[in-house]
Amino acid sequence: MSGETVYLTHGRVRLALHRLRAAEDGHDLLLLHGLGERTPSKVPEWLGEWPGSVWGLDFTGHGESTIPVGGGYTAEVLMADVDAALCHLGRATLLGRGLGAYIALLAAGARADAVVGAILCDGPGLIGGGIRPGSPWIAAVAVGADPGPPDPFALVELSRDVRPPDYAVTWVRHAIEYGSVDPAIAVCCVVRPEWLEATVAEPGVVECSLDEALRLYARASG
Amino acid sequence: MTATTEAPFVHYPGARAPDRRRTVDAAGVRIAVYEWGDPDAPPLLLAHGGLDFARTFDVFAPLLADGGWRVVSWDQRGHGDSAHCHLYSWSADVRDALAVLDSTTRRPVPLIGHSKGGSLMMELADAMPHRVSHLVNIDGLPSARNAPDVPDRERTRMRHAEVQAWLEHRRAIASKMRRPGTIDELAERRGRMNTRLDREWLRYLVTVGAELTPEGWRWKLDPALRFGGFGPWNPEWSLGRLPGLAIPVLGMLGMQPELMGWGTQPEDVTPYLPPRGRLEVFEDAGHFIHIEQPERVAKMVLEFLEESR
Repeated sequence: MSGETVYLTHGRVRLALHRLRAAEDGHDLLLLHGLGERTPSKVPEWLGEWPGSVWGLDFTGHGESTIPVGGGYTAEVLMADVDAALCHLGRATLLGRGLGAYIALLAAGARADAVVGAILCDGPGLIGGGIRPGSPWIAAVAVGADPGPPDPFALVELSRDVRPPDYAVTWVRHAIEYGSVDPAIAVCCVVRPEWLEATVAEPGVVECSLDEALRLYARASG
Repeated sequence: MTATTEAPFVHYPGARAPDRRRTVDAAGVRIAVYEWGDPDAPPLLLAHGGLDFARTFDVFAPLLADGGWRVVSWDQRGHGDSAHCHLYSWSADVRDALAVLDSTTRRPVPLIGHSKGGSLMMELADAMPHRVSHLVNIDGLPSARNAPDVPDRERTRMRHAEVQAWLEHRRAIASKMRRPGTIDELAERRGRMNTRLDREWLRYLVTVGAELTPEGWRWKLDPALRFGGFGPWNPEWSLGRLPGLAIPVLGMLGMQPELMGWGTQPEDVTPYLPPRGRLEVFEDAGHFIHIEQPERVAKMVLEFLEESR
């Protein structure tokens, strides 16, 4: 990492929050990686010129954050990871890739007062486990398997996380109802799983390019 | 934390401590397992409900054991003497249950569960039908009725408040400890959630489910765990597992309303019963049917297991 790393406590998990670039002006941008990924070691080129500081959070079981014993992942727990980061940062725009996009949506609804827009982008884990559970199965990690990071349980459990459209819409409505940024969410994804189709259909959600979204929220103050 | 004095013990009529204890490693998580009955008898699994622990079966389990079964129960992760974990989820609990089953036998066995334990066993039966011979669900049959009937706007507000409360809980759990008290104080607190259970039973539960610390008794329950929650799960998805089960199924519903009860009505369940399914309704019992009427429930279970052997 080219910047500093702050370690946050979320329950028994130690979360790594990396500062990729420091800046004096504007609010922070918080990067949320995809399933199985980690925060990049430097500010991605595709990010352009964000005027504020840029941070990246390693989700539980990923990067330099704690790998839990015995699994038990849910999207909601990762949303609480983001809440821990927002406690540290204050207010931030969220930029999520794949799984991080879904988590950004949840966090935008849960902490609408702290999120200055959520930008949703393609990446690993965007689809999740569909809109309803399939045949049940019980995940097992082989003895001697690569312990990670990323945690093998994270890869298995979060790839099967159920994402009903009406559930996603709940978080959109929370973001709109309890936040002050309009539009609350910018969708830059090409791939449109059902939860994301439902999100886009809601008022207060805009479809645009990543550049447009970044410019939009860089100017926003909320 | 270590107790500094010998813990007093409260006796309860019919209660019998497990005959054996052991631990099972569930993907690195230590799970405390308890057994009643002859170790050579045919085994069955007995799963407790949310925020409970295996010793809540101290009256019920011996009755099944006396009926000729090796009764195997366990404290779910974060409960009782099982390890506290970084994470808790439904899928993790099902996985831990399978670890207990694998440590017990590879042959098909009856699964019996109360409340959340009943739904866990239903999922295990659906996921691994080759490992299950019978399913008994004691007041753990969900329904859409559990959701409050309120306008959309009010529902949005309620959900948001629930999320905020949960996040505040998540922020605080690193420093949380269970609140200490006397045996009577802990029994009284639990009694607020278990209003139909008699005081002496609740006092007994304290002595087997809490630990005595210098500050007083504390429930052996990870402070990260709490009542309620939210998520995408739809109760009807669980019910949807029932119709396809080929094994004999016995469902039980306690009809007296309780805070920890699920409010499910017979008409919610009946359409989902499998071909070999049966539903028994206890009009005069609440959520803890097997604690209020252990002899009646045990007799029903034993006859069910015998007649469908």
